[in-house]
Amino acid sequence: MKIVVCIKQVPSRDSVLRVNAAGTWIQDADLTYEINEPDAYALEEGLQLKEKQGGEVVALCAGPAGAAQTIREALAKGADRALHIEEENLGAYDPLALARLMAAALTAEKPDLVLTGLQSDDLGYGQTGVILAQLLGVPHATIIMQVEKQEGGIRVKRELEDGWFQHVEMPLPALLTIQSGINKLRYATLMGIKKAKTKEVKRLTAAELGVAPEATIRFARIYLPEKSKHTQILEGAPKEAAAKLVEKLKFEARVL
Amino acid sequence: MSESVLVIMEQRAGAWNRMSLETLAAGQKLAAELGHSVAAAVPGRGVAALASELALKKLDCVYAVDHELLADYTADGYTAALDQLIRKVQPSLVLFPHTYQVRDLAPKLATRFHQALISDVIGIRAEGGPVFVRQLFQGKLNADVRPGGPAPYFVSIQAGAFNADNVASGTAPLETFTPELTASVIRQRPEEPFRESTGAVDLTTAEIIVSVGRGIKEKDNIPIVAELAQALGGELAATRPVCDSGWLPIERQVGSSGQTVAPKVYIAVGISGAIQHLLGMKGSKTIVAINKDANAPIFEVADYGIVGDLFEVVPAMVEEVKSCTVLQR
Repeated sequence: MKIVVCIKQVPSRDSVLRVNAAGTWIQDADLTYEINEPDAYALEEGLQLKEKQGGEVVALCAGPAGAAQTIREALAKGADRALHIEEENLGAYDPLALARLMAAALTAEKPDLVLTGLQSDDLGYGQTGVILAQLLGVPHATIIMQVEKQEGGIRVKRELEDGWFQHVEMPLPALLTIQSGINKLRYATLMGIKKAKTKEVKRLTAAELGVAPEATIRFARIYLPEKSKHTQILEGAPKEAAAKLVEKLKFEARVL
Repeated sequence: MSESVLVIMEQRAGAWNRMSLETLAAGQKLAAELGHSVAAAVPGRGVAALASELALKKLDCVYAVDHELLADYTADGYTAALDQLIRKVQPSLVLFPHTYQVRDLAPKLATRFHQALISDVIGIRAEGGPVFVRQLFQGKLNADVRPGGPAPYFVSIQAGAFNADNVASGTAPLETFTPELTASVIRQRPEEPFRESTGAVDLTTAEIIVSVGRGIKEKDNIPIVAELAQALGGELAATRPVCDSGWLPIERQVGSSGQTVAPKVYIAVGISGAIQHLLGMKGSKTIVAINKDANAPIFEVADYGIVGDLFEVVPAMVEEVKSCTVLQR
C-alpha cells in the first residue's frame, strides 16, 4: 500500500505570539517550529499501516525552506521519502489553493491512501484534507480513530460528537483525516536519524506545479481577542497569589 | 444571483442538532444586517416534520431536502444533494453549524463552488459586506476574514457563538426539494453509530474540579495537581492532549469529546483553553485559571486568574488549603 501523509510545520505550542505591525500575521522571525500535532498522529498511523501491510510511506509537506527540519524528523521516524513543496509565501494561499498545490504534487504519485491531521494548530481551518480528497476525486472520512485494511478497501472508525462513534467502509484510493490520540507516537531512533540523512526529499515549487497563489478568503486583520469577561488577576509572588486565591475560594466561591 | 443567506440545518433521527438553531439565529442576524433574505434547509429522509417546525420561524423559505439515500449521512450523498440545492436557490452565503458532520462535508461542497470554507466562525459583522471573525492558534489570536471571488461563500459557526433563544418566529413557505441521487455516487458505507462507555468516573456531580492541561509537561508531574484536588476534596480532570498522551485515563477528560461539567469551582491548571476544552467547562459557576501565559484564552472565561508557574503556585495553594482547613477543625 502506498501511503502519503501530509504534514505541516507550525509554531511551537508554547510560542509567545505577537501580531506584526501591519496586523496581517504574527512576528515569526524568532519563533521555533514543530510538526502540527494531529499530523504527527497521521504519520504514526501511516507508519503502523505500512508495518502491517507493507508498502511505502511518503511525507508531503508544503512550507518554507525551514520546513526541511520537520520533514527530516518524519523521515527519521520511518517515512521512506518526502515531497517538499517549497514556498516562502504560503500566506498568499488559502486552504483551497494550498490543496491544489498538494493535489498537483500527488498526480504522479497515485497513492492508495492519503492521511492528514484533522486540523492545524495555527490556522485551524480543518479542511485541507477534505478539499484534497475532492480535488483528487477520492472518497474521504474525517476525525478518524481507527483504520483497518480490508479486501478492496478500508473500514474506519469516525469520531462523532458526545462520545458517539461510527464505522464507515470505503474503497481505496481514499483520504482520511486523523484525530489526535488514535495511536501512541514513536520517537525517532538514533538509527532512524542517521538513515534519514540519505533518504530522498524531492523539492517542488508552485511554479513547477502550475498553481498560482490565490485566496478567495483573506485575513483582513489579526489581533488579540478582546476580553469579554473581567478576570480578576491575583498578583504577587506564588505564595501570596495562592493565599489570595484560597481566600476567594473560601469567602466568595464558598467551597472551603 | 439573489442576495440571500441559506442556513443548512443538521438533524439526526428526527431531532435537531442544537448548534443548527444557533446557526439559524446567526443567519437571521446576518441577513437583517446585510438586508438579505434568509432561507433554511434540512437534508435527510422523512424530514417533513422538522421542516414544518422551521416554517414557524422568521424565514423567507424552508426547503425539505428529502431523499431515501439521505437516510444515513454520507459525505458523498449530502454533498451531491446540497450542491443541487445551492445551484437552484443561488444564495450568496451558505451557513452551517461547525459540527463534526459539517467538518466532513462543507469543505468538499465549497470546493465544488471554487471556494474555501470560512470555518469555525465566532462573530459576524456587516461592514460593507460580511466580515467573519475566527480564531487562530487555538484561540490565542483572532482574525477578521473577508470572503472574495464569486459567491456563494461558505461559513460554519462555532458552538455557543450565537444564542439559539434569539431565533425569531414567523411563518415561511415550505418547499420539498428532491435531489437527483443514485446509490452509485455514494462511496462511503456507514454503519450504525454507537456509543462507547466513558468508564466509571462521573465528573458531572463533582462540586470542585481541578483540571490539568499540557502545562503539566509530563506524567510524573500529575501528583502535583492530584494533591490539590485531594486537599480541596474535588475530582481530578484533564484536557484531551493529557488523556491522549496517557497521563490520565480518558474517563477524566473534559471537553467536546469528553464530559461536560458545571461544578461550583473549576480550577484549570496549565490549560491554555482551546475551544474544544472550553465547551466542556464554561458553564462552571466559578472558573479559576493558573497559567504562565497571560494571553492564554482560558483567561477569557476565568473569574480568577494567576499568571505564574504552576509548579510554584499549585504547591503553595495546597499549603494554604491545608492550613485553612486545619484551622476550621
